[in-house]
Amino acid sequence: MKLLTCPLNGQRNISEFTYGGEYHPMPNPNSTSPRKWAEYVFFHDNEAGVVIEWWCHTASSFWFLAERNTVTDTVIRTFEASEIFKRRIDFVEPTSGDIT
Amino acid sequence: MPFGLLKYGLSSEYPAQHHFTPATELKKHYDVVIIGAGGHGTAIAYNLAKYHGITNVAVLEKSYLGGGNTARNTAVIRSNYLTEEGVSFYRESVKLYNNLSNEFNYNVMMENRGQLTLAHSDAAIRSFRWRAEVNQHMGVRSELIDRQTIAELVPNLNMSEDSRFPIMAGLWHADGATARHDAVAWGYAKGACERGVELHQLTEVEDIEVVKGRVSAVKTNRGRVECGAVVQAVAGASSIVAKKAGIPLPIHCYPLQAMVTQPYKPILTPHVSSPHVHVYVHQTSRGEFVIGGGSDPYPLYHTRATLDQRETLSAAAMELFPFLAQARMLRQWAGTTDMTPDYSPIMGLSPVENYYLDAGWGTWGFKATPICGVTMAELVATKKVPDIIKPFELERFYNYEQINEAGATAASH
Ligand SMILES: Cc1cc2nc3c(=O)[nH]c(=O)nc-3n(C[C@H](O)[C@H](O)[C@H](O)COP(=O)(O)OP(=O)(O)OC[C@H]3O[C@@H](n4cnc5c(N)ncnc54)[C@H](O)[C@@H]3O)c2cc1C
Repeated sequence: MKLLTCPLNGQRNISEFTYGGEYHPMPNPNSTSPRKWAEYVFFHDNEAGVVIEWWCHTASSFWFLAERNTVTDTVIRTFEASEIFKRRIDFVEPTSGDIT
Repeated sequence: MPFGLLKYGLSSEYPAQHHFTPATELKKHYDVVIIGAGGHGTAIAYNLAKYHGITNVAVLEKSYLGGGNTARNTAVIRSNYLTEEGVSFYRESVKLYNNLSNEFNYNVMMENRGQLTLAHSDAAIRSFRWRAEVNQHMGVRSELIDRQTIAELVPNLNMSEDSRFPIMAGLWHADGATARHDAVAWGYAKGACERGVELHQLTEVEDIEVVKGRVSAVKTNRGRVECGAVVQAVAGASSIVAKKAGIPLPIHCYPLQAMVTQPYKPILTPHVSSPHVHVYVHQTSRGEFVIGGGSDPYPLYHTRATLDQRETLSAAAMELFPFLAQARMLRQWAGTTDMTPDYSPIMGLSPVENYYLDAGWGTWGFKATPICGVTMAELVATKKVPDIIKPFELERFYNYEQINEAGATAASH
């Protein structure tokens, strides 16, 4: 079984984890166009090479990021989301006028 | 032994008939360049040449004919999907398959064995009833059947009520079938080449020249080729190739694995699938049990087989057919599948005017090969999108009009 290192729980079988999708900066849902939002939600780089992506340690619900090579099937490193997210993100409820 | 066979066997020249003309030099210009010589690419070429008289066509293949997912799939053909768009599309493909050997004068070994999907929960029964209604409405043979009928159809299935997930009911699809996957690509390639299409193997498209929203040429490892139009039919390489034309796709690639046992005496006729224990099994005409349907849990461009999948697929197969515990595995393999978020393909126009997409075939595209050939060729020849593939356009993702086929594709065939 392949192993993955969770920044919180250490090295575990990969079957303990759930893949969570490519990491991309999120556009502001209240001001972005429906087209850009569709691109953010549905479209993927699907890179053959090194990618940064979300993973979750299912048993502890701990989300983190991994740098992985999708051609060689090797994990380069895993790291806590705080490396990228320096500040808390608050979601502002849109007023009806914001929705295009 | 017939004398001819003996003579053939002893001949030093191996007088085998070639299926297609070996590649010559690449021309400077083709009216249509098709990227990828799998079933889809060759089917499009065949239809362009035979039904639209377009023969200045090159099919460019980086490896060898039919060596991609066409060689790796488990050959299940069916039309018992869930959405109206999906059912009416795959239904036409099944019809074309039934006549394909005649169409080619080449045997694709179509076997109308029927397909059985198993329900192990009330929720599954409800969804099967829904599917059966949609299917029948669209003229597809599909019905909910009870345990007794299942036992009669598949006498060696484990019908015990003490198993982990007892079988409660089934969705019986009499139109379900299998065919020889390689023969499908070979038949199309043969028919296309006989009509003037050029198949170039070991020819990889490395770059695509787009000028003012139109493709003008493709660059290959064997030189530059100008073209009037381009169709990409590269399955697992869909995102990589589309990116060269500047087109982003909503696709993630996952390896899908399958395996076969040694050959045994014929004891299983239908294809049996269980979305719940997550496996499907059928016995080929050679006697091997094909066991399939395990995707890797994360995206990857790799075709290695894993012990994990072998264990889980074996456990599930043994739950349905306990006698398989004694079976020896002959081979296990994987193919890179191009998965879309809604489990429907991406076909038709692209943001580049003369560049056409045949992608997002994921784990279900073999059965669609003949209808893709017909519809994509019609699109390229007439520049009009045939009604039956209109719902599968790339634009649907921008319009939030996905065609959710997830329920009907869950066991990966
Ligand atoms: C294990 C497994 C089981 C499956 N089971 C089923 C099933 O039971 N039923 C079903 O309907 N479907 C099934 N599928 C899905 C099915 O195999 C595919 O959807 C289908 O074969 C796709 O056909 P294709 O012709 O589009 O692609 P392929 O056969 O993959 O052909 C694409 C070709 O493009 C070539 N190519 C790629 N990049 C380039 C480039 N840059 N330049 C030139 N050539 C290039 C590749 O070498 C390849 O030969 C299964 C898939 C797998 C992996």
